[in-house]
Amino acid sequence: MKRRDFLKSSTLASGAFLIPAFLKPFESMAMSAVSGYKNLVIIQLSGGNDGLNTVVPFGDDVYYQKRKTVAITPNEIIKLNDIQGLNPNLSALKEIYDQGWMNIINSVGYPNPDRSHFRSMDIWQTASNSNEFLSTGWIGRYLDSNCQTCQNPYTAIEVDDTLSLAMKGSKMKGIAVQDPNKLYQTTREPFFKDLMHGPDNDHLHEDNLGYLYKTMIETYSSADYIQKTSKTYNVVAPYPATGFGNQLKNVSKFINSGLNTRIYYVSLGGFDTHVGQQNQQGRQLKIYGDAVAAFVKDLKQTGKLDDTLIMTFSEFGRRVEQNASNGTDHGTANNVFLFGGKLGKAGIYNNAPDLANLENGDLKYQIDFRDIYATLLKKWLNVNDSSILNAQFTGLNFV
Amino acid sequence: MDNLKQVKHLYARAGFGADFAQLHNQRNWSAKKTLKKLFKESEEVQPLAAITENLDLRQLRKDAAEGERKAIQELRNQQERALNAAWMKQMSTTNAQLREKMTLFWHNHFACNIGNYYFQQQLNNVQRMHALGNFKTLLIAVSQSAAMLNFLNNQQNSKAHPNENFARELMELFTLGRGNYTEQDVKESARAFTGWAHNGKSGEFVFKAGNHDDLPKTFMGQTGNFNGENIIDIILANKQTAKYISTKLYRYFVNETPDETHVNQMADVFYKAGYELKPVLEFVFTANWFYEDKNVGNLIKSPVELLVDITRRFHVSYDNPDVLLQFQRTLGQVLFRPPNVAGWPGGRNWIDSSSLMYRIKIPSTILNAGIIDFAGKATPEDEAYLASQRKQQFNVIKRVQANADWNKFLEGIPLKAQREQVAAYLLEPPLNARIVAEVNKAADIKTMVIQLVSTPEYQLC
Repeated sequence: MKRRDFLKSSTLASGAFLIPAFLKPFESMAMSAVSGYKNLVIIQLSGGNDGLNTVVPFGDDVYYQKRKTVAITPNEIIKLNDIQGLNPNLSALKEIYDQGWMNIINSVGYPNPDRSHFRSMDIWQTASNSNEFLSTGWIGRYLDSNCQTCQNPYTAIEVDDTLSLAMKGSKMKGIAVQDPNKLYQTTREPFFKDLMHGPDNDHLHEDNLGYLYKTMIETYSSADYIQKTSKTYNVVAPYPATGFGNQLKNVSKFINSGLNTRIYYVSLGGFDTHVGQQNQQGRQLKIYGDAVAAFVKDLKQTGKLDDTLIMTFSEFGRRVEQNASNGTDHGTANNVFLFGGKLGKAGIYNNAPDLANLENGDLKYQIDFRDIYATLLKKWLNVNDSSILNAQFTGLNFV
Repeated sequence: MDNLKQVKHLYARAGFGADFAQLHNQRNWSAKKTLKKLFKESEEVQPLAAITENLDLRQLRKDAAEGERKAIQELRNQQERALNAAWMKQMSTTNAQLREKMTLFWHNHFACNIGNYYFQQQLNNVQRMHALGNFKTLLIAVSQSAAMLNFLNNQQNSKAHPNENFARELMELFTLGRGNYTEQDVKESARAFTGWAHNGKSGEFVFKAGNHDDLPKTFMGQTGNFNGENIIDIILANKQTAKYISTKLYRYFVNETPDETHVNQMADVFYKAGYELKPVLEFVFTANWFYEDKNVGNLIKSPVELLVDITRRFHVSYDNPDVLLQFQRTLGQVLFRPPNVAGWPGGRNWIDSSSLMYRIKIPSTILNAGIIDFAGKATPEDEAYLASQRKQQFNVIKRVQANADWNKFLEGIPLKAQREQVAAYLLEPPLNARIVAEVNKAADIKTMVIQLVSTPEYQLC
C-alpha cells in the first residue's frame, strides 16, 4: 500500500492516529441509542408572515374594518373556533389540526419590538433582547453547551446551502446540508481530499489555520456520515414537488435513517407582502401547508411523530391595518405553530389577539418567544435553558 | 524578518495585497518607506457615484398603487446591485488601498443597514473622505448623515418625544463601548441630539431648533446646556474612546486577540494626536510587534476581502458583476447589509463547514470561469423585493463569466522565480511541508496557482 493510500484509509476512518488530541475523532464515538431520540424541526418563514391572514380572527369585526381589500372572506375560512380560522391555502393542515397534532400560539413577540427585518430576525435567531447584539445563535449556544447529545456538527443540520446565525455558536456550529450527495461529492473532490491527507500535521494547532483545518476535517467526516447514514432510508410517502417540500422530505430521510441529529432548520421566504398580498401570501402558505401536512403524515406513518416537534415562526407579524397597495406593512407580535405527535396542548394555546387593544396600530405581544425556546430546550431537549438563553424564562406547557 | 516579508505583510494588512511585480520591485524597501507610499497613494479620494436618484422621494405618496410600489422595489434592487458592484470594483482596482481598507473598517464600525441607497452611498463617501483623517470630524459627519439619522431614528428624536436609539449606539458601539456609561447618560444625551435631522430630499443635515431641547442636561458628571457637539466633545475627552477605537483597529489590522500593552500604546498616540488617525496607523504599521510571527498570516479574511483579493491579484473583470453579490450572500457578508448596528462579528464567525467549502471553491471557480452550484440565502431585507416580484429566491447565476488576466498575472512573476517563491507570494502563512509537496506536484504553474488559492492558508492574511 502506498503511503498516501494508507493515510487515506486510516486517518479519518479510524480517528485518532495522526490527528492531535484536541481534534476529537467523532467517528469513534459510540452511536447513542437511536430509539427515543427526540428531534426538533424549526421552520422559519422569512419576510414577516402576516399572521392575521394565516390564522384569521374572522370573529372580530375590527379585522374586516381594517382590512377592506386583503381580508379573507368568512366563507373561505377553515374555522377552528368562533373567532379564529385557517387561511384556505392551509387546508391540508385541517386534518393535522383535527388529529391533535397542531398547536397555535397567538401573540408571540418580545418587548420593544423592532420592525426591521434583519434586526428582528437577528433577535429571533440569537434570542437577544431588542437592545442587545449577540454574535451567536440560540441553537449554536445549545451546541456549545456540550451536552451529551450535542457533540457533533451534525447535531444541528440546516437544510440549505448556507448556515444561519441561529446555528452558530462560539465553539460549535451546525452544518448546512441542502443535498447530502452533493456535500459528499464536494468534499471528495481530488484537491480537497489531498489537503485532508497531507504528509504532516504541523498545521493542526489551535490558531486560526488549525481552526480552518479542523473545520475541514469535521466537514469531511460529517459529509461522510450524513451521506452514508441517510442513504440507507428511502422516503416512500408523497411530498409536494416544491423546493420546500423537498427540504422537508430530506429532513424525513435524515430522521428516519436514524441520523444522530437533534435539530433541523428549514426556511421558506417570500412573506414580505407589502404589495398584492392575497395571491403572494396564499401561494407561499399553500407551499408551506401542503409540505408540512405531508411531512407530519409521513412521520406518523414511520412512527417518528411522537419523537418529533416542529416549530414555525416568522420574524414579525404585520400591521393590523392594511396599506393602500393591497398589502400589509411590518408589524410586531405574531403566531407560532407547533406540530408533534405528543403535544402537551393541542389546538389553540391562548386567546386570539385583541384587535381593539393595540399599540400604535400593532398587536401587543402576550408571550415572549424565548418562553417557547426555553420550553423546547428544557422539556424537549433536556438541557439547561437559562444558561443557553442567558436569562430565566418560565416556559409554557405545550410539551 | 527580511524586508520582502515585511513589505508583503504590510500590503496584506494595510491594503488588499501586493502585486507580484510590485513586491519584487520593493523587495528591499523598509516598512517605513513602503508605508509612506501607501499613504501617498491614498491621498486621492474617489467617491462612489453609482446612485444618482433618491428613490424615497418617489415613495412619498402613502397611497402608492400596487404597480408603482413594485416598480420601486425593482429600482431599489437595481440600485443595491449598482452600489455594491461599484464599491467592489473600486476596492479591486484602486491604488488608494489603505483608504479603501479603512473605509471598509468604518463601514463595519459605523454599520448602517437601510434601504435607501442614495443615503447609503453618501454615508460611504463620508467614511471614505475621512477614513484617514480626524476621528471627531468623521464621527460628527457620520452622525449627521441622512443614513445614520434614519437608521438610528434620530429623525424621530424630538424635545417632546426623545428617542434614545442614536445616543445609546453612539456610546455603546461608536465610541466608549458597553459598561462605560449609565442609562442616565443615554437619556440625558438623547435630549442633546434632539433637533438633529436631515432635509429628506438631498439628505443634507439640518438643525431643527424648534425640536431641540435646550434645557440643562447632566451628562457624565457635567451639567450644562449641552448640544450634540458638546456631548461628542465630552465623550472624546474620555480616553476610553481612544482605547475602544484602538482595540478595534488592533483587531482589524493586527490580531483578533488584543494585546493590552500594544493597545494602550496605540490609545496614547491616538489621544495625544487629538484623534488624528494617521499617527496611530503609522505607529501600528511601524511597530516591531506588528511584524512578529504571531501577527503574520493569522487573520481570517472577510468574504469581501477574499473576493477583492482574488479579483485584484488576477485582474479579474466580470461580465456580470452580480455574481460577486451572489458570492457575498453565500459567504455571509453583503456590503451595505450588516446584520445589525454592531456590524459583522468577523474572525472565526466567518467560518462554518459550508462557508469554508465555498471559500475554498470560489477562487478556482472565478479563475476558471466555472459553474456555480450553490446560492446564498436572501438577506431578510430582500424579502420585500422577492415577494413583489413573485419569487421565492434570487435567480442563481450559474456561470461566473469572469475573465482573469493570466498573462498580466504571469508577466509579473520574475523569470527566475522558483515555484516556492510564487507560493510564498500567494499565501501569507509560512509554507509548510504539505503545501510544498502540493506545489512541487502540480502539473504547471497555473494549476499550482489555482490549487494554492484553494487552500485554507489562502483564507488568511
